[in-house]
Amino acid sequence: MSSKKDPQLPAERKGRFSRRGFIRGVGIGGGALGAGLLEKEATAAPPAGGVVGPGAIPITLNINGKPVNVSVEPAVTLSDALRDYLDMTGSKRVCDRGTCGACTVIMNGKSVYSCTVLAIDAQGKNIETIEGLGGPDKMHPVSQAFWNNDAQQCGYCTPGFVMACKGFLDEHPNPSPEDVKHGLGGNLCRCGTYMGVRKAVLEAAAAMKGAKKNG
Amino acid sequence: MKIAGHPVPHESARGHVTGEALYTDDLAGRFPQLLHAWPVLAPHAHAMLTQLDASPALAEPGVHATLTVDDVPGENDSGANRRDEPLFPGETMYHHQPVAWVLAETLEAARRGAGRVHATYEVLPALLTIPDAAGAESLHAGPLRLHRGDPAAELRKSPYRLDGSFEIGGQEHFYLETMASIAWLDESGGVAVHSSTQHPSQTQEVVARVLGVPRHLVTVECLRMGGAFGGKEVQANPWAAIAALGAWKTRRPVRVRLPRVLDMALTGKRHPFLARYSAGFDEEGRLLALEATLYSDGGWSLDLSEPVMWRALFHLDNAYYVPAVDVSGFVCRTHKTSQTAFRGFGGPQGMLAIEDILDRIARRLSLPPEVVRERNFYREGQTTHYGQPVKDAGRISAIWQQLLQTSGFAGRRAAIAEFNAAHPHRKRGLAITPVKFGISFTAAFFNQAGALVLVYRDGSVQVNHGGTEMGQGLHTKIRQIAAESLGLPLDAVRIMPTRTDKVPNTSPSAASASTDMNGAAVADACDQLKARLAPVAGAMLGCPPDAVSFSGGTAHGRGNPVQSVGFAEVVEAAYRQRIALFAQGYYRTPGLHFNQKTGQGEPFHYFAFGAAVTEVEVDGFTGEHRVLRVDILQDVGDSVSPLIDRGQVEGGFVQGLGWLTLEELLWDAQGRVATAGASTYKLPSWCELPEVFNVDFLERATEPGVIFGSKAIGEPPLMLAISAREALRDAIGAFGPGGVVALDSPLTPERIYWAIEKGRGNLILQTTADSGVIRA
Repeated sequence: MSSKKDPQLPAERKGRFSRRGFIRGVGIGGGALGAGLLEKEATAAPPAGGVVGPGAIPITLNINGKPVNVSVEPAVTLSDALRDYLDMTGSKRVCDRGTCGACTVIMNGKSVYSCTVLAIDAQGKNIETIEGLGGPDKMHPVSQAFWNNDAQQCGYCTPGFVMACKGFLDEHPNPSPEDVKHGLGGNLCRCGTYMGVRKAVLEAAAAMKGAKKNG
Repeated sequence: MKIAGHPVPHESARGHVTGEALYTDDLAGRFPQLLHAWPVLAPHAHAMLTQLDASPALAEPGVHATLTVDDVPGENDSGANRRDEPLFPGETMYHHQPVAWVLAETLEAARRGAGRVHATYEVLPALLTIPDAAGAESLHAGPLRLHRGDPAAELRKSPYRLDGSFEIGGQEHFYLETMASIAWLDESGGVAVHSSTQHPSQTQEVVARVLGVPRHLVTVECLRMGGAFGGKEVQANPWAAIAALGAWKTRRPVRVRLPRVLDMALTGKRHPFLARYSAGFDEEGRLLALEATLYSDGGWSLDLSEPVMWRALFHLDNAYYVPAVDVSGFVCRTHKTSQTAFRGFGGPQGMLAIEDILDRIARRLSLPPEVVRERNFYREGQTTHYGQPVKDAGRISAIWQQLLQTSGFAGRRAAIAEFNAAHPHRKRGLAITPVKFGISFTAAFFNQAGALVLVYRDGSVQVNHGGTEMGQGLHTKIRQIAAESLGLPLDAVRIMPTRTDKVPNTSPSAASASTDMNGAAVADACDQLKARLAPVAGAMLGCPPDAVSFSGGTAHGRGNPVQSVGFAEVVEAAYRQRIALFAQGYYRTPGLHFNQKTGQGEPFHYFAFGAAVTEVEVDGFTGEHRVLRVDILQDVGDSVSPLIDRGQVEGGFVQGLGWLTLEELLWDAQGRVATAGASTYKLPSWCELPEVFNVDFLERATEPGVIFGSKAIGEPPLMLAISAREALRDAIGAFGPGGVVALDSPLTPERIYWAIEKGRGNLILQTTADSGVIRA
């Protein structure tokens, strides 16, 4: 009830572990597996090496574990597909050209700038967006750590930062502050909240390790 | 329970960290039939538009309509302070200025349609630099002047005299959320606009002006902004006007969102300045006289350039008493983007000038710069060069002394000398600089604010106020102020998006004063509500109204702490007794006055003080540098929200560090912004983060007459980064034999490298401007 301490949400252990485990499995074993599954779903996917467009073509994207059908021109980026076609506006369009990280999503376990990935090239990949991490009432440990450390001001870089942080920690569960600097060097914050983000990442690393042990 | 003064995360933090917080352009999917807008851009910095035929755009599939001057039912102008910004120009005044717009079903179609528009131009000569504009007497304003005593006579009498000039670069806001607006016709014949604007009331005014309708037909809403930093104080208006005009013409919702490259090419920046000065001083480094002329690059229109120049002149003293002063400012008119407000609003440029002067004086006299700075501090009872007493002047040296101690300054000076003696190719530098920043809008009429507080029968509360949220934490502080005032938990208070139909005629969220003003207005409304509820609660508690207090979501009777009644019960009882459960609050900052003709007055409610110590290390081979450690002591009064204030200090410092050491705006010879993206314009990132960053607040610093004893924090910390520039100068000096180190700003690695070479006496190569690139 008091302002200062909104009760800390307990790390959401059950669901998260299994979901992450699933993603890791796919990320390691099989781009091929994922792609194979999705080619069936995306009935009109472009034939390899063939010419498509310039008109819209139907594709299927695997977003946060669910297949999503959408029709886009081949020039449409994953970022624009998410925001303009699927109304998933968590990731932000900021620099438009792969320099700021605000549009970061995780694709097959790796952080990518969604503004530099074509939507048609994202077919067959497992795409994780901020919308899949858990909402305000069930925050992911990374989101929770950003909240705990007030690691945001205007919030526009934050979803990208959170995703980059999750992608980084999935790959580097025991980062040093120096690792963090390099691992998240591709994300810009104009409000200058890097101090808070630095603390948040280290806290999130500890929380995710703890969750893994307990899970 | 005390809510104000607690460290609480940002009011929208949960939305930010989960991606659920919505910004203007995130709403596009909620508007069926939305049209997207793309501008037709002038390909010259200065030209007459001799012919324009937009109709070929309509042949492009997906294009729905075009917008030209012929579509404007009202006034073809979006200027904020002067009617000098035609929305559709006949004479184009900067490279890429939009001359027409295309509306289409998709952004791509609009862009392709814009490419089909036929426009011809007669190219005119363009002025692209301050010297060119000043030489051609191309001015928006000036001279603006502040003076005291007879500095010319004092200069003649002074034992020492320093004459100099230096260039101060501008700064791109690079708010992460670019300019965005969505407009539509509402159900009752009005125009509704979502805009990422710091000044919804002025956006409303400009939209109404362009449409030729009264303002009551226009409603502007700002949900929140993804950063603004001054860039959206007036420059959000034209994009909202285009969206509204498009909606007016087509009867469909219209979205204008500038992609980054256009945002950087079309919108104004922090003003580049040129400072020329003569300073008289004695053998101890005490300033005796100062004459200075500041020139700013205002760009193509006046915008806010005049008050920016005033603030630069007001802050040419920073924290120092100068007995005789004559300072003037000119706003140059160039064929570039119209430079505008940016955190600090001219203050940083003015302060940079006096800090440059003091450091050069110190090095000329072979005195430590920190000693010379301290000798010149304002003392209690002294007034500024514009006649305002420096209230709490003693805090300047109190902060200074405390920070010298806590940062271990003297010991580190010695350690750095040792390090430098042992390292021929790497040098460290250390500097401490103060900040004294005047709080209030210098346009006195802006210093008013309103609020509308609504209490519902279940005891929940909506707060509307005139300020906008751009990440600075205003809504967080307002929520704490409202909760504290009504004795409610934070959760009971909801801050509403800023709308012109809730609080009219608001001032921009700017000048660091939004919490001071809107917070006081909200507290005023809450106090009225409490006064109405107290008799109701008193009757329920069996005590007189003045014995009732509200806290923890309940009303208590004094002297009878056991007995209490819930806020919601009191509210319900009040409703049944037909007592109004909403209140308007109002605040005007008292006692402000300034006469532009005489240059005298008291334009500020108070001063915010602070100081910073920065240590850097510079590589002599490359000019690259690292910030090793920063220590800051800031006077925030009694902080309403310490976590927010800390973020403002850290973030402001980092942004100032960018302005002074990384961010270099370049224009090419055609007048195009050559640094039009984050790939060519270097912003502060992780790598520039100080390795050690200590931030403390001055204790026992209650500011009487300001909401809950707090002080403004938005802008002052930016100027603490001047300590980094002076530390770099210290390190550069250590490469050479000592003496004056003359430096322009920003101190990019390139500039540092050449300064080191010059200091070493190795400057064989001269940098010549053959590249066609013009420095800002």
